[in-house]
Amino acid sequence: MCASVKYSSRGPALIPRMKTKHRIYYITLFSVVLLGLIATGMFQFWPHSIESSPEWTLDRRSVHDAPLVKLPVSSPIPERGDLSCRMHTCFDVYRCGYNPKNRIKVYIYPLQRFVDEVGVPISSTGLSREYNDLLSAISDSDFYTDDVTRACLFVPSIDVLNQNSLRIRETAQALAMLPRWDKGMNHLLFNMLPGGPPDYNTALDVPRDRALLAGGGFSTWTYRQGYDVSIPVYSPLSAEVDLPEKQPGPRRYFILSSQTAIHREYRTELERLKEENGEALLLLDKCSNLSQGMASARKRCYKGQVYDYPQILQESSFCVVLRGARLGQATLSDVLQAGCVPVIMADSYILPFSEVLDWKRASVVIPEEKLPEMYTILKSIPHRQVEEMQRQARWFWEAYFRSMKAIGLTTLQIINDRIYPYAARTYEEWNNPPVVKWSSVSNPLFLPLIPPRSPGFTAVVLTYDRVESLFRVITEISKVPSLAKLLVVWNNQNKSPPEESLWPKIAVPLRVVRTKENKLSNRFFPFDEIETEAVLAIDDDIIMLTSDELQFGYEVWREFPDRLVGYPGRLHLWDHEMGKWKYESEWTNEVSMVLTGAAFYHKYFNYLYTYKMPGDIKNWVDAHMNCEDIAMNFLVANITGKAPIKVTPRKKFKCPECTAIDGLSLDQTHMVERSECINKFASVFGTMPLKVVEHRADPVLYKDDFPEKLKSFPNIGSL
Amino acid sequence: MQAKKRYLILVSAGACLVLLLFLGGLPVPASRRSQVQRDGHRPGPRWPRFLEHLQPFVPWDQTESEGYIAHMSARQKRDASSGLNQGRRCRMDSCFDFSLCAKNGFKVYVYPQQKGDKISESYQSILASIEGSRFYTSDPGQACLFVLSLDTLDRDQLSPQYVHNLKAKVQSLSLWNGGRNHLIFNLYSGTWPDYTEDLGFDIGQAMLAKASISMENFRPNFDVSIPLFSKDHPRTGGERGFLKYNSIPPFRKYMLVFKGKRYLTGIGSDTRNALYHVHNSEDVVLLTTCKHGKDWQKHKDARCDTDNAEYDKYEYKEMLHNSTFCLVPRGRRLGSFRFLEALQAACIPVMLSNGWELPFSEVIDWNTAAVIGDERLLLQIPSTTRSIHQDKILSLRQQTQFLWEAYFSSVEKIVLTTLEIIHDRVLQHMGRSSLMWNNHPGGLFTLPQYSSYLGHFPFFYAPLGIKPQAKFTAVIHAVSPLVSQSQPILKLLVAVAKSPYCAQIIVLWNCDKPLPAKHRWPATSQPIIVIEGESKVMSSRFVPYSSILTDAVLSLDEDTVLSTTEVDFAFTVWQSFPERIVGYPARSHFWDANKERWGYTSKWTNDYSMVLTGAAFYHRYYNYLYTNYLPASLKSMVDQLSNCEDILMNFLVSAVTKMPPIKVTQKKQYKETMMGQTTRASRWADPDHFAQRQTCMNKFASWFGTMPLVHSQMRLDPILFKDQVSILRKKYRDIERL
Repeated sequence: MCASVKYSSRGPALIPRMKTKHRIYYITLFSVVLLGLIATGMFQFWPHSIESSPEWTLDRRSVHDAPLVKLPVSSPIPERGDLSCRMHTCFDVYRCGYNPKNRIKVYIYPLQRFVDEVGVPISSTGLSREYNDLLSAISDSDFYTDDVTRACLFVPSIDVLNQNSLRIRETAQALAMLPRWDKGMNHLLFNMLPGGPPDYNTALDVPRDRALLAGGGFSTWTYRQGYDVSIPVYSPLSAEVDLPEKQPGPRRYFILSSQTAIHREYRTELERLKEENGEALLLLDKCSNLSQGMASARKRCYKGQVYDYPQILQESSFCVVLRGARLGQATLSDVLQAGCVPVIMADSYILPFSEVLDWKRASVVIPEEKLPEMYTILKSIPHRQVEEMQRQARWFWEAYFRSMKAIGLTTLQIINDRIYPYAARTYEEWNNPPVVKWSSVSNPLFLPLIPPRSPGFTAVVLTYDRVESLFRVITEISKVPSLAKLLVVWNNQNKSPPEESLWPKIAVPLRVVRTKENKLSNRFFPFDEIETEAVLAIDDDIIMLTSDELQFGYEVWREFPDRLVGYPGRLHLWDHEMGKWKYESEWTNEVSMVLTGAAFYHKYFNYLYTYKMPGDIKNWVDAHMNCEDIAMNFLVANITGKAPIKVTPRKKFKCPECTAIDGLSLDQTHMVERSECINKFASVFGTMPLKVVEHRADPVLYKDDFPEKLKSFPNIGSL
Repeated sequence: MQAKKRYLILVSAGACLVLLLFLGGLPVPASRRSQVQRDGHRPGPRWPRFLEHLQPFVPWDQTESEGYIAHMSARQKRDASSGLNQGRRCRMDSCFDFSLCAKNGFKVYVYPQQKGDKISESYQSILASIEGSRFYTSDPGQACLFVLSLDTLDRDQLSPQYVHNLKAKVQSLSLWNGGRNHLIFNLYSGTWPDYTEDLGFDIGQAMLAKASISMENFRPNFDVSIPLFSKDHPRTGGERGFLKYNSIPPFRKYMLVFKGKRYLTGIGSDTRNALYHVHNSEDVVLLTTCKHGKDWQKHKDARCDTDNAEYDKYEYKEMLHNSTFCLVPRGRRLGSFRFLEALQAACIPVMLSNGWELPFSEVIDWNTAAVIGDERLLLQIPSTTRSIHQDKILSLRQQTQFLWEAYFSSVEKIVLTTLEIIHDRVLQHMGRSSLMWNNHPGGLFTLPQYSSYLGHFPFFYAPLGIKPQAKFTAVIHAVSPLVSQSQPILKLLVAVAKSPYCAQIIVLWNCDKPLPAKHRWPATSQPIIVIEGESKVMSSRFVPYSSILTDAVLSLDEDTVLSTTEVDFAFTVWQSFPERIVGYPARSHFWDANKERWGYTSKWTNDYSMVLTGAAFYHRYYNYLYTNYLPASLKSMVDQLSNCEDILMNFLVSAVTKMPPIKVTQKKQYKETMMGQTTRASRWADPDHFAQRQTCMNKFASWFGTMPLVHSQMRLDPILFKDQVSILRKKYRDIERL
């Protein structure tokens, strides 16, 4: 494109003057170049897309195309699962390697149809819809690799979700025939319905060597903690029925039981509870008059009355999930989907994903023996907790239960977290529903700590060229006992700072850093020169603060090291007429910000301001040469959820020979711009993080009738 | 000219070529990249999409299987499983009798000590901690958990502390009952050369609280893994963590350090023997010495001399304090002292001890405070630690301090944590959630019986994204009869009731005279509930009455003088600090170096560490904690003296928050009443009263094992307090008026 432009702009001027020979030569050259260009373009765009298409369009095949594999009778059978297996003994971590993304690679064996010597398949269903969904989900995820040599985890395509449809011995033989089986090392099997009549083992009966088992219905005796993964039993209704999320709150029924296959002793107990508590309980069973199949799965009955299932679950606060023949029940998934709090009664059951999910926040687990006390137990739970549990239950379903994809990927993530524990997802990431994630705050400086006085603070003075005023500020601050170092940020690129000999002589080190650009953000840069935790940001014209006031401010900061502790306070207000936020600097009874023209804060916030400021706020501040203090207030309030602390009485922040921040603030356009900043920042943060408070900090004996000379900070509030 | 033109054309042609290469070439590396991708993780053949309709994994009519229903009762089935699962397969379901805990709650019995049994210092501390706890009972009939008075800590046969004949001694205990509901503490088991985890006697169905326990032997939700602690570990209180401030950037002089013995051969020696591979003597300093035991020279290997020399160059303490991460490799046994040392020093532990069930792993999320490495991947450890982001380091480091102070700093904390973990299992659904264990102030201060809802505690507002209720309940402690209509209590009632934040007022009638008639109380817009104190003791003012429905409690003495404005202002302040005491009259403590004890002062000073509960807001959870957490000995001391209840409350809240209370400004007249006058005056003027408070301070400090009170130098005033601006602009103007 560019070449042709150049050609046309230069060509006419040059070509007529050239010799023909040369002209031909150049024209040929240019045509060759042009042709090459076109050819390259063609090669790059057109054929490439044809080439890549087989990779990306989906391969639609038939299950029957899968190769048939005959298992000899004598084919080896793996050993039964080893109960002592743990990640460090039965899992080959070297296969996972060092990986900057901290992600394991998962390989899926291609589909094969295993049959015994007489041609009978090893499974009555073959590949089930659910297992197929699971494998597709893994193959579409970024865990997937098709390179068997690079894989850390292997997932067989042999479907063992339901043990009932398997021929156990033959399935085991088929597993052992997998090319990379190697005693089941790093192999992951998914099973939801383990065991079979009459005694229903709680783990898959198929011998499987050292393979990891993602099983639904583990008991504490079969579950190898830290090795196996307990998964839910998928409920096919999840996909069939769309239950919109219901607002948490009280429901028509208090307790509902919807399972059809409950032990008769338990049903008797439930009926007794129903007699005692009447309408609060709804006890459903299957409908006797309906035909079998799909339709009956969607109906439940009580005394001839027919209810739609699972919709009816949304009408109850608590829903009973009792053990059946197996510990894992698909009902749990339906109940969670309905936002009903599951009451789980299945002794020794390992709850799904219990390694990472905090079930105490979403369910009530009651020992089977205490079934008769269920009503009393549930009644004792505070209403607000029930509401949170309802929300939590629904969130668990949405995030971890709703599809085979969710179940499969959660399982892989759990294994991934074990292999890269230092990069594991946190409790909050696993357990907090989006609403909570959004509204909660986790303060990065969460340890309750009052730092010692001794390291002192570093004063950072931003200056441009008001040298005289700057020197006065330096002299004043240097009187503060806890000052450890003074850092002057010289923001004027056109002028050099005064010679060293001209600076005031002070007792603490004084450093001048010159900046590359005249930016307001420079005052918040986490300079290496700041060696203390506490930073005092101060403008070069704030000379009215007394040494007592500054020292007291530092003492207050020590008590609140995670907050902004400053002198002039400001407020944001909602302007109902304009429908937006407004900046207020009048004498109000509230504050929500302190100006950083004179404020103590933790150096961590310098780091946050410089590297973690959301959106384009930093650029906005530098472009407008304003509002860096408002931005800092937003940042700190947003991450800590706390209000700043204003210290000492209000002063007229004005000095005779300079225009201080207040002087500037009087300017009407300035006020408008500050209001604009608040609105802009609130929209970037997506919320208004500032917190309004009605208090300020003064020394304990401030204005008390007490001899001044005995007060630690006598000189407070002088004008 | 010609040359110049040609030159020009050549240049432009060249430019075109470059451009062409650039344009055409750009995708070339891209396609090469996709080649690389093909080698790496080719997006290539994915799982195919099948044409046919696949069968569901379970037919519709079989989603719930019913086959089993008929043949066995539910109880039989449960019993059958518990019969099968004993010994190494013990779980709470099969080896613990919950019914013992049903009647009297979670009570722990300690066998009486027999004469002649030698008990190590550490085990004495453990027993003393149990006996001093609120779980202790001396009646085995009430107990739910039994602890032996036989020292089982050291089961290394080569150790001087080893107790012989334990098997017979245990079997002869009349309450042993096959070890059911027994808890056995152990720090060392097995001996050279194989260090098995066998205790050398049959523990039957007893639970183990054991250090260095391996995952294979750990019975989940039955055993408790405890940390290895030295015999010098303090019994109560304990040192605070070493972290004094959060430095930014969070890196310290060293990245990763270790200094310890190396065993050369035998079990657990491989990892330490290999450490020199990662040692770089700059920021990764891993030092080992071969010197240990008498005959170390026999096993000496080629590296020993250089290692020993390098080892002596560094000082352990210096390294510990100046390193970001500390390696905690296994020794002969899985756990090592390095673990607690690193934790206290805020040096993030990097665990290299495959198969170690980490201490209190049932409740502590160690990923938030440690890096769990894999011995097999030793060579990756430096790059792994380097890859950890600064923000993560900051948070890991703070968490080490939280965990150290909450669960590990004293033997008492380790023991109580062990008991509380078992208690949680007994409480079943009422037990603590993970959030309670892993957030400040930790599980020992978060009693789940108070409420299962996190929002009812003062600690979880921020993590849950909620706020405390905007109402309070006033609790007035009345000790003198109602005789005149001008009594301060009546004025107080009216003033408090006028506050828009007041939800209800409770008058706690702790006076010997009978309750006054209902009409004698002033008519207020908020309900007045009169509760007659049953035992009329001081502590009853902090009973968590079920009629208190708000988060905030305003605790008042009957002679307190407060205006509505003051109440309003203090309450708005409390809403910002719901976990602290926010109130008016302040007091201070100091260390009296001459008398070597704590002193108490009510003088006006420049700082304070207590806010008296005669006029203070606090969260109602502290009522619960006061009544249920504190030992009977302290509460009865308060009741007998009818004094110090406010000091004790301040000790408790500061022990929880590690922060000072908050004093808010007050009207002048109130201060004077606090210094003298009215009925209370006698109590305050009494010199005994003051001496008692001094004694209380020291008694409390010794129970807490440390002085929890923290000083503050600030007071919170309304924003415009005493500012030179029209009083009409001030919201809390009454506070300034005399």
